[in-house]
Amino acid sequence: MLRRTLFAVVAMSALAAQAAVPEFHLVVQDHKFQPTEIQVPAGQKFKLIVENKDASPEEFESAELNREKVVVGNGTIDIYLGPLEPGKYGFFGDFHQDTAQGAVIAK
Amino acid sequence: MLGSGLLVFREVLEAALIVSIVAAATRGVVGRGRWIGAGIGAGVLGAIIVAFFAGAIAQAVSGIGQELFNASVLLAAVLMIAWHAIWMASHGRELATQMKSVGAQVTGGNRPLSALLIVVAIAILREGSEVVLFLYGQSAGGSSAVDLIGGICIGVIGGSAVGLALYFGLLRIPMRYFFSATNWLLLLLAAGLASQAASFLIQADVLPALGNRIWDSSFLLSDTSWIGKALHTLIGYEAHPAGMQILFYLVTAALIAFGMRMLGGGGAKPPQRPVNAHLAH
Repeated sequence: MLRRTLFAVVAMSALAAQAAVPEFHLVVQDHKFQPTEIQVPAGQKFKLIVENKDASPEEFESAELNREKVVVGNGTIDIYLGPLEPGKYGFFGDFHQDTAQGAVIAK
Repeated sequence: MLGSGLLVFREVLEAALIVSIVAAATRGVVGRGRWIGAGIGAGVLGAIIVAFFAGAIAQAVSGIGQELFNASVLLAAVLMIAWHAIWMASHGRELATQMKSVGAQVTGGNRPLSALLIVVAIAILREGSEVVLFLYGQSAGGSSAVDLIGGICIGVIGGSAVGLALYFGLLRIPMRYFFSATNWLLLLLAAGLASQAASFLIQADVLPALGNRIWDSSFLLSDTSWIGKALHTLIGYEAHPAGMQILFYLVTAALIAFGMRMLGGGGAKPPQRPVNAHLAH
């Protein structure tokens, strides 16, 4: 019972948190990121929406941001990020590292 | 071929490092090869299934299915390792004594080998599903079969070779310390996996980060370097961990250490050995 209540609280607070964050879009096409640089506000949470327009899967990965998430062909994923210190955070597509490179710039 | 070989190598290496610790920890157990083999087989099968349903998993639970899945299997592995490590803490000494006197094989007793089978399967399932997705993308993108199979061979052989090297390195630890050493390795491995699980839950916004970067040691050892990656897999090294990851790491390590101490005879002295025993090395 307590556990269920706790879970509901966590789920609701997660949903509440999701409602208020700014969103930024990133597209994967021909194994490249567009745009290659995304400007985001420093010091606040935000959501990165990655849309894969290729037919083949890609993995959004960033050691700088501690993130890794697979996005299947013609799929879309959400990644929560921040709050970030001002700076440049590189990311790459793990399945096509030679072409899929980009960065988040927090200001 | 080399490009795809490199990605496969990276993923195989991560799984192989975990498998070699498990293999070392089950040293001398009758029939452990069958258990580990079954774990590898189940892992490969699981990897193919997970890759096949990657889209469905990603869409599940309003888009955080992938993180929840990863966090769940990681925490399952943590539980299994904890169970085995705590069991070994209470039986390791007699196993070591037995192996010394009999020289080779001991029965596993009622040791939870199934726990380690699950750990092996999970390690391979997680890394393998990425390999399967990657190779699927490559083949859909028109890579030739020769390139793909060549890449798989390079990656699997290379990754397994490094894993084997670690395994034989671990076997050189003197028998007196062997099981406590592998037990500590299992403890750090479990703590690292727990910290990775926390990372996925932060990514899904299910847990707060408690500070995105508690420190940044990437100038000392970047987690994109080979050594950084290997240590990330083995002991959960992070160049810039979130607070929640550190919390998961420490709590897991403390709980397992506590369990080992409580059930492991609480620092009981090893039985007095004959004076000439140390000459046997």
